[in-house]
Amino acid sequence: MDGIDSSDRGWFEGIDRDDDEAATQAIRDGTADATADWPARAVESGFAADEGDYYDILHDATMAATRAAVQEYERSDDRQLQHSIRAMDDCERVANELAERVAEWAGTLVDDGGTGVGFCRDLADRDPAPAERRVVELARRVRDLDDEAAELRAGIERTAPEVAPNLSALAGPVLAARLVALAGGLETLARKPSGTVQVLGAEEALFAHLRGRAPSPKHGVIYTHEAVRNTHPDDRGSAARALAGKLSIAARADHYTGERRPELDEQLRERIATIRARRDDEAAEGAGSGAGGDGA
Amino acid sequence: MSDLPAGVERHTFDGEERLATRGPPAYGEPTDGEWRAWDTGRSKVGAMLDRGLDTGLAADATVLYLGAAAGTTVSHVADMAGPTYAVEFAPRPARDLLDVAAERPNLFPLLKDAREPGTYAHAVEPVDVLVQDVATRGQADVALRNRRFLRDDGRLLLSVKARSEDVVAPPDEVFDRALATLREGYEVLATERLAPTHDDHLAVVAAPLSE
Ligand SMILES: C[S@@+](CC[C@H](N)C(=O)[O-])C[C@H]1O[C@@H](n2cnc3c(N)ncnc32)[C@H](O)[C@@H]1O
Repeated sequence: MDGIDSSDRGWFEGIDRDDDEAATQAIRDGTADATADWPARAVESGFAADEGDYYDILHDATMAATRAAVQEYERSDDRQLQHSIRAMDDCERVANELAERVAEWAGTLVDDGGTGVGFCRDLADRDPAPAERRVVELARRVRDLDDEAAELRAGIERTAPEVAPNLSALAGPVLAARLVALAGGLETLARKPSGTVQVLGAEEALFAHLRGRAPSPKHGVIYTHEAVRNTHPDDRGSAARALAGKLSIAARADHYTGERRPELDEQLRERIATIRARRDDEAAEGAGSGAGGDGA
Repeated sequence: MSDLPAGVERHTFDGEERLATRGPPAYGEPTDGEWRAWDTGRSKVGAMLDRGLDTGLAADATVLYLGAAAGTTVSHVADMAGPTYAVEFAPRPARDLLDVAAERPNLFPLLKDAREPGTYAHAVEPVDVLVQDVATRGQADVALRNRRFLRDDGRLLLSVKARSEDVVAPPDEVFDRALATLREGYEVLATERLAPTHDDHLAVVAAPLSE
């Protein structure tokens, strides 16, 4: 085989036609500078009996190679994170819905009724009278869903900092996972401009705005972040913009280098402090002049 | 105006005459016996055939299709043509492409980046038709890089999406720039705006310049 540059070889050269693994790997990792009449070469070299046979083997090999690559992607940590956060949300939503049903039903059977998941947990521990059996069983399902949501949350809190260390540090692991899921992956999140990150999760409001029916949304899911929520309502737009800017930088750092950059935390804290201080200053000034100028 | 290639026919679906190919349904399209409707609103190649452009697609043609996505168009191409290589670089649509290819022994899915032809040249043979619909920046450049697969008498069917190149520039300007780049390696035989079904797209038929 000397004289043939490896870069001029077809994927099938040097492999056994019955070795599926080698074929998959050859399709996935092989390279060549130029194309050639591979079907003819495969028949000439005895790899395939005829062209039809070659195409059959090629079909199996390309299917297996593509399936393996797709599966690898599906199993990657950031894909798992996306499924976890969605499953957690589903568990919480369904638990709450069912809890309402339980509360309504239990109210007709027990004297000490109540509401919510907490009430379901109490009810689930009871030894039910025959008439209460079904509603208590239902309450147990709520408790189990609530437990599962907690398990999922614990898993997210463990894995999000591995997948996206900077984003998790700035946003908290759960919000970080939510942003990754809304964007459809860490890479897509890293590629989005910060203005988009700012309104992720507010797509409905954004489309209403684009159709001219609503003001532009100031924030999407990031409103759950302390930096936005605990800022004066009039300044939340600025806070959301500043936060989204830092989160974008964090996502890029996570995707492109994966290295932790602690200075980002400090920068965010400072930006938010500045925004809040502006209002405090104004308030102080307002109060000062009103009180007759004993400022400072 | 060119006739439809063998394997593509006009059939009536729900009282409406539409293009169709023969093969297993792939995306919930209406069927008429063995024939399934080719949704030209979702497929630029379908729209090109519908308008009578000479695409070079034929029953025995080998095809390299770049930007196969979930396989909507390439499923029809594989129904009517010969060996068809489908390159797509996003894993998510590739999952659906696998389902489409599973039922078509002449369709070969490849999870590869069309900007790096060296990563699939070891599997793709010289082809009669190169279809490109990648909707990404540098579309003309991708076509140049993949010219190596095209036989001398082959055809490039290129769909240029203006917004993928430049969101603000007027589409005509973007198309002119793309065509100028393309002419470094191809002779442009025909161009056509695919409005209204594919606003913002320019369909190009081109032949490779001999080196
Ligand atoms: C407009 S869609 C193609 C639709 C498809 N041709 C059809 O009609 O059914 C564009 C596709 O090109 C893919 N793409 C973009 N850049 C690519 C690249 N460099 N290599 C391979 N595929 C690419 C995208 O992932 C996307 O699925």
